[in-house]
Amino acid sequence: MTDQSSGSVLVVGGGISGLTAALEAAEVGKNVFLIEKNAFMGGRVAQLNQYFPKLCPPTCGLEINFKRIRANRNIRTYNMTTVKSVSGSAGNFEVTCVTAPRYVNNNCTCCGDCAEVCSDECDNEFNFGMNKSKAIYRPHDMAFPAKYVLEKKACSASTLEAIKGACKYNAIDTEMAEEEFSLNVDSIIWATGWNPYDAEKIDNLKVNSSNAIITNMQMERLAAPNGPTLGQILRPGDNKEPASFGFVQCAGSRDENHLEYCSYICCMATMKQITYIRERYPEAPIYVFYIDLRTPGKYEKFREKIMADKNVHFIKGKVADIVAEADGGVTMIAENAVTGNKVSQKVDLCILATGMEPAAKAQAAKLGLAVDAFGFIVSNPEAGMISCGCAKKAADVVTSAQSSTAAAMKAIQAGR
Amino acid sequence: MSKVFGTYICSGCGIGDAVDMDALVASASSLGVAAKTHEALCSASGRSTIQSDIDGGVNTVVVCACSPRVMQEEFNFGDDKITVRGNIREGAVWGAEKPSEKRDAAAVKEFTTEQAADNVRMACAEAKKTELPDPFKLENISKSILVMGGGIAGLTAAIEAAKAGYKVTIIEKADQVGGKALGWAKQFPTKAPYAELEAPTIGAMVAAVEGNANITIKTGAEVARIGGAPGNFSVTLKPTGAKSEWDAPAKVGVDEQDRIDKGTMENPNLGLKVYTEENPDAEKFGAVILATGWVPADVSEYAHLGHGTNDKVVTNAQFEKMAKEGKLAGMNSVAFIMSPGGEEHDMDFPYANSVTSMVALKQAKYVRENNADAKAYILYQHMRTPGHMELFYKGVQQDDGIFLTKATVTGVEGGTVKAKDTLLGEDLEIDVDLVVLAAGMVPTTKHESSINLAYRQGPAFLDLGLFDGYADSHFICFPYETRRTGVYTCGGVRKAMNMEETIDDATGAALKAIQAMESSDRGVAVHPRSGDATYPEFFMQRCTQCKRCTEECPFGALDDDAKGTPLPNPTRCRRCGTCMGACPERIIGFKNYNIDLIGSMIKAIDVPEEDDDKLRILVFACENDAYPTLDMAAMRKHSLNSLIRVIPVRCLGSVNMAWIRDALSAGMDGALLLGCKYGDDYQCHFVKGSEIADKRMQNIGDTLSTLGLEPERCGVRQVAISDYNKVPEIIEEFVQEILELGPNPFKGF
Repeated sequence: MTDQSSGSVLVVGGGISGLTAALEAAEVGKNVFLIEKNAFMGGRVAQLNQYFPKLCPPTCGLEINFKRIRANRNIRTYNMTTVKSVSGSAGNFEVTCVTAPRYVNNNCTCCGDCAEVCSDECDNEFNFGMNKSKAIYRPHDMAFPAKYVLEKKACSASTLEAIKGACKYNAIDTEMAEEEFSLNVDSIIWATGWNPYDAEKIDNLKVNSSNAIITNMQMERLAAPNGPTLGQILRPGDNKEPASFGFVQCAGSRDENHLEYCSYICCMATMKQITYIRERYPEAPIYVFYIDLRTPGKYEKFREKIMADKNVHFIKGKVADIVAEADGGVTMIAENAVTGNKVSQKVDLCILATGMEPAAKAQAAKLGLAVDAFGFIVSNPEAGMISCGCAKKAADVVTSAQSSTAAAMKAIQAGR
Repeated sequence: MSKVFGTYICSGCGIGDAVDMDALVASASSLGVAAKTHEALCSASGRSTIQSDIDGGVNTVVVCACSPRVMQEEFNFGDDKITVRGNIREGAVWGAEKPSEKRDAAAVKEFTTEQAADNVRMACAEAKKTELPDPFKLENISKSILVMGGGIAGLTAAIEAAKAGYKVTIIEKADQVGGKALGWAKQFPTKAPYAELEAPTIGAMVAAVEGNANITIKTGAEVARIGGAPGNFSVTLKPTGAKSEWDAPAKVGVDEQDRIDKGTMENPNLGLKVYTEENPDAEKFGAVILATGWVPADVSEYAHLGHGTNDKVVTNAQFEKMAKEGKLAGMNSVAFIMSPGGEEHDMDFPYANSVTSMVALKQAKYVRENNADAKAYILYQHMRTPGHMELFYKGVQQDDGIFLTKATVTGVEGGTVKAKDTLLGEDLEIDVDLVVLAAGMVPTTKHESSINLAYRQGPAFLDLGLFDGYADSHFICFPYETRRTGVYTCGGVRKAMNMEETIDDATGAALKAIQAMESSDRGVAVHPRSGDATYPEFFMQRCTQCKRCTEECPFGALDDDAKGTPLPNPTRCRRCGTCMGACPERIIGFKNYNIDLIGSMIKAIDVPEEDDDKLRILVFACENDAYPTLDMAAMRKHSLNSLIRVIPVRCLGSVNMAWIRDALSAGMDGALLLGCKYGDDYQCHFVKGSEIADKRMQNIGDTLSTLGLEPERCGVRQVAISDYNKVPEIIEEFVQEILELGPNPFKGF
């Protein structure tokens, strides 16, 4: 099938950047196709507990954006959909997209009867595998669209039968197949976002050696009211309330063996996560090992507030090693760059402030995208290939929304 | 239009099991509306039932099923039909209590049925009072954009808007466009490997603007005042620095006007045209972009660093000028200081950002490029080179003529810089030819009103103090939001940013300006109620000129005449309804949201008499955050107390206290407002709504006590959208307080 879609723009990625680009263009009157590989819109920010520095929930802005999408006939959205190939050129792209089977059709009312009878489970990817979910699930509380998804390969034949039997609305379709379709568009906005840098690649931080070592994105899920612990910060594995915390800044970033660039957000993310800890553990000592504290401009006030806390200790020094201890905690080892002394600090929970890696890195070449040495997509509006948000560079939410609005501008120019 | 109603009640998703469907049908007929039931209204068969009724003449559809937040496409029957949703799934059934010793299954069903029945009745009442919107259209619309400021931000905004086919006028105070960039010797690297400084591109940018037929440039000029509204701004220009009778008048509030009238205060606007007067010679614009940038910060207050007293100490701005003018001869050793705090703190200079870190790196390279034997010292507390700029930093580190160290600079005396806590493990004393301070970039909005609006609420942006004078958005997700519709800011007025960031920012601002004009043209609202075709209408005959609406509008949409009668500007309006909530005469309303409509919904609630177990508590929930929170609590099958009756509102600011009085005089026992967090980190999408509602509720509490009702019957609670696990408890606590007070003594009167 081919959609008659000339004069329109394709936005790839339904995170905060893609949503913003799509909405800003559509609200000027442009026709927009918005595709998202996940079963829900919202992307990375949907996994965050709060934004810095306001400490407000990301779902608040997402709700407004979803409302804007529902109210706007110029936008068509496709979930579980990725780009397979792109041909043509600016003003006349033909894009082949693939929609993976959800195994749940639009009849789904989100009533949840299917999950009630589902006895099989799968890893909860939304929570970075820190817990299990039913094999048929709503991706998260505010998932948009509000429809279930079936993880078919996690289900036995009898479970599938039970699920089908429980659904009163004929919404389960276990025979659903992958679907391919093509779109003709003037320009493409790449808002493919980022993935957390794989902590397993950082040998000296030994993320697999102890349950007490987690990433900052896992910390977001632990603090979130819809996370695996319903917002309690407990150590994975033994569910112990940690009495002390350590942060490893630049875990993979500013490191030529990993990510050479600075990931922009991790210092502020740590400052924010310190507030999560403080709210739950008013006295727990917190140790932050850093190279530079990159909290420029109006973020300095936020840092000042955090640093006024006498139980938060900032040590300028890169963590060289993390050693698992018998009691379930870990010892962080670093050299204090100012004093030159070796520091060993035992903590109950250690958070790696891992950085951002462009998500489209792997397929960029195949899709004909110009990328820089690190896989970020170089924006080329003249060629109809526009990048924004963290697909373009490591950025915070504000900067991503700005560059996405700018991308929408480039897209509306293309049709004029 | 003459309404033909079709009312449909869904029994799917567990509704049919949890409530007595016949009672729901009866509740609709109690309002004179016949209802049909269906086991899945959202299914193809359900929708075709509705559609065939529409084909048979129904034009007002009441769908009593799931929350209005879901299934919008399924229940969209076209813009020429009125569709009202009654929320009985999340709003009654899914959030029902679990049977307990206190209340057995039959009692729970009874309570849930009563709640669902009230929701059906409220939806029917709403449908009766709802009218189709009739969008406000300007008679004449301008689609030209005014860009204030001809620096990189302004030039970019102009070029980008022109590329999209719009006319732009750039106003620049100086006698040429180009701004600060004209004074740059070189620019930051923008491409891999981020090693080499680049030649300035401002010349090409200026040439592009000058050669663009869609762009008019006016130099040596500034804005005296901007009156009017999006799509129809009326702009008076004047020569830079001149005084004009059209200068934007200062804000004169109700109290000030009083004092002026009594002669105890001087009129600050003597000699100026009143703010509502339109200059016949003014130019028309559809939207405004404020890009007036920044000025270098004064850093003389840091006495230990000696700027202004020690001629060896200059700022980064002064050093850039020296480099541009080729005056670096003799500068064989230069120290750059990033943080002024000495031993007190490790922050950068105020109004710095990561830009000043990068400027220091750039200027250190100037020193080295000027003289291969020269040395540069960069003394920082925290080197700020985010993203790819890290590679620029790394490249500079490779230069063995540039020494970088973390350091606490304790003082500068003559050409000697003293520092401690360095990475070298010892205190430092460096003798240099020149010391450069990494001074910040102060936004022009800090000291002047800049935007010069001729508005009732004054000439400047509000809340500038929240961000030390930056005209920045307070919304992380929505960085272009301002409290002045159709006026967007970009570049140095909102934070210190580098050229790349500025270009993105200005490009986005140009889009928002276009969007505001096109939305005005279509007669619809911009963010956050984008596309809303309703607007507030005023029944002026009953206006008492109390000025509450003009004072409280978060967006300054209302001007007023000399008597104080409001002069609405619908294209400035964001449709939050704060004016409607403010009006004691109840003369403001929208076609689908007004005093009578909500009042009728309240009256539709069945209030049992003489049953102490069945008290009724009215809840107004902000539809942006609190209402979704309630939905999600219900989806999680949390028990929400079934004595509450929830009405979603556009913003708590739109809640008129008349509704509270209506509810209490109808015998309801309490009223609770659930809205967003307020204060400096406010989450209200309309800025002030929840805060204003809180104040109004305090006042109504006083009124209630004069009537012999306990003020505790009215409450306001702040709820974030993620509080779905907490909201049942918040409601339960409030309901328990009301239960302790007992039934409303006016019940039955």
